[in-house]
Amino acid sequence: MAIVAMQGFAGLSFFSVLLLMALGLAIIFGQMRVINMAHGEFMVIGAYTTYLLSVQAAGMGSWAADYYILWAIPAAFLAAFVVGMLIEIIMIRHLYHRPLDTLLATWGLALIMQQAFRSYFGAREVSPRTPSWLEGSWRPTPMIDIPLTGLAIMALTIVVTLGVVWLMYRSRWGLRVRATMTSREMSMAVGINTRWVDRLTFALGCGVAGIAGAAFTMISSTGPTSGTLYIVDTFLVVVFGGAGSISGTVVSAFLIAQGQSILEFFLGSSMAKVTTLLVIIGILMLRPEGLFKSKVRR
Amino acid sequence: MTHPLSKILEKRGLPGLLILALLILVVIPVTMDVDGINLTGRFLSFAFVAVGLALAWGYGGLLSLGQGLFFGIGGYAMAMYLKLEASTPEATRIQTTPGIPDFMDWNQITALPWFWEPFNSLTFTIVAIMVLPALVATLIGFALFTRRVTGVFFAIIMQALVTIATILIIGQQGFTGGVNGITDLRTLKGWDINTDSALVILYFVNAVLLLAMIALGMWILSTKYGRILMATRDQENRIRFSGYNVAYFKIFIFAVAAFMSGIGGAMFTLQVGFMSPSIIGIIPSIEFVIFAAVGGRLSLLGAVYGTLLVTYARNLIAEAYPEFWLFFIGGIFIAVVMFAPYGLAGLYQKYLRRPWERFLASRGWMRRSGNGNKTPPAVSGSPSAPVAPATETSK
Repeated sequence: MAIVAMQGFAGLSFFSVLLLMALGLAIIFGQMRVINMAHGEFMVIGAYTTYLLSVQAAGMGSWAADYYILWAIPAAFLAAFVVGMLIEIIMIRHLYHRPLDTLLATWGLALIMQQAFRSYFGAREVSPRTPSWLEGSWRPTPMIDIPLTGLAIMALTIVVTLGVVWLMYRSRWGLRVRATMTSREMSMAVGINTRWVDRLTFALGCGVAGIAGAAFTMISSTGPTSGTLYIVDTFLVVVFGGAGSISGTVVSAFLIAQGQSILEFFLGSSMAKVTTLLVIIGILMLRPEGLFKSKVRR
Repeated sequence: MTHPLSKILEKRGLPGLLILALLILVVIPVTMDVDGINLTGRFLSFAFVAVGLALAWGYGGLLSLGQGLFFGIGGYAMAMYLKLEASTPEATRIQTTPGIPDFMDWNQITALPWFWEPFNSLTFTIVAIMVLPALVATLIGFALFTRRVTGVFFAIIMQALVTIATILIIGQQGFTGGVNGITDLRTLKGWDINTDSALVILYFVNAVLLLAMIALGMWILSTKYGRILMATRDQENRIRFSGYNVAYFKIFIFAVAAFMSGIGGAMFTLQVGFMSPSIIGIIPSIEFVIFAAVGGRLSLLGAVYGTLLVTYARNLIAEAYPEFWLFFIGGIFIAVVMFAPYGLAGLYQKYLRRPWERFLASRGWMRRSGNGNKTPPAVSGSPSAPVAPATETSK
């Protein structure tokens, strides 16, 4: 029982990172129909930003070394946001009418970014020091041992998810985004600057991936190719959840992460992965639109 | 009065095929040493996949990010046969269980698994190479296309499938050789495949098969089927409402692409002497798409040139500046998509075809095409007029 609970919790950490990645992709792919294969690399940007700030903070005294994470998360967001916006201006905006081509171009971008990471940070994996107040664990019962970093990531994920939902569905700006993605011509006719909407939406998706990177540093070490490991999973989460539906993304990230980590206990990691992927593909054949169909007519 | 040459030159696609044949059957073997020939042969085995992709993606609109799966089926089928031949009881008598492949012995497997048994027979192996990839593609196609899963979703599902395949191969190393793959392949029916003469012969077999596949592809595209396929790509609903079951058209072209990839995989194994998951994973599968994209997604011949160009470039650059290679290939990818979406073939079509044909006509080798500016319809497999595939956003 305790093992199941702990395995379940390990799944929750994985779920958190996966969900943060998928939220960004749900915005970029679900709303904008841009297939961003470099999404994993934006996560890595966030992770390296966190790492750099932790190194810098270590030189600033123990107080900074303990609380760097508080400004590293916004910084990770900002770094990925800015790079995302540049990429949109240089590349993506020319490709909106060719969705499959965005896949190829962003894959090329991913390769370039990976090599850039490798040239700058080296091939060795790095990880920032965990702040002392996140070390240790919480024991509700003597048998169960839940690391505090996991709880912190969970909290971060909840905050970011609520933030994204508010931004997309409750704010004025989100309304403009959804209007633009539903009917570009009409939105332009009513005076929405769709070019800026595109730019900010793409950058926001990348920024959320940056936050995922900051969370990622707490559960794993970062290397130049860390992003690629997640990209297939992330896409499946978004597709499985029903592109364009945030609640679908949350549910599918939960199912995939939990399914995988529980199966891992019984089948070993490689078979667990294979089984999860096969089940997802099977369900996608039955429901090509994903779990939660978006009701917007395209 | 028409020049005798015009008979050949005016047939669409044929001159291009002949030029390619001249290049890979005469120019390359004459100018290169055995290592160069073997290297080119290896690259040309990737071209099978690229040609298949030009058919499925360029003409069928099915971008598959998992062609490595079919390349792998062909390659592994060949490798399993060769491995069994290399694992005679005499050659493996130091093992705990002689007569089974060495990696099985290392993984404490004491009997040949049932699915390895049929690969003792060369006939079965050849049939498997030709049938299995197409069969798997048909099943996948049936499951996906009849449910109208296409475009991005199809691409991502194929990527997931190839991920599954590599995880399985690496995870089940007792049955598959794991991450190292199946290595130490030496003979085919007693014929040593590592000698210089064998490598040259294999190169020619490979080249002739590749030309045959291109001819097959061109023929498919020139039939009524090919036209309906292209029409499906551009206006799927209109074809559906005309009474065709579009899913079957897609399944067929996807199976053809898989068939070609499988043969390429088998030829790769024969020429390289091993097969491993690193040849078929996510990254190689996307590289196949790069080859087709660089060549021009609407051109079967372009796919071959694209493959050769990218692989030679990798060979040169990765040796001299290994850290530069990813920048280069990434840059190529972005540049092709943004500035030359129809690749080399598109560039030829845009800048070179008109002057070239005028030159031929001026020598009297070819009749002047009388229809002025009108570009012929994109029918044959030759570098054809870029016809923009309908964007999906229009739905």
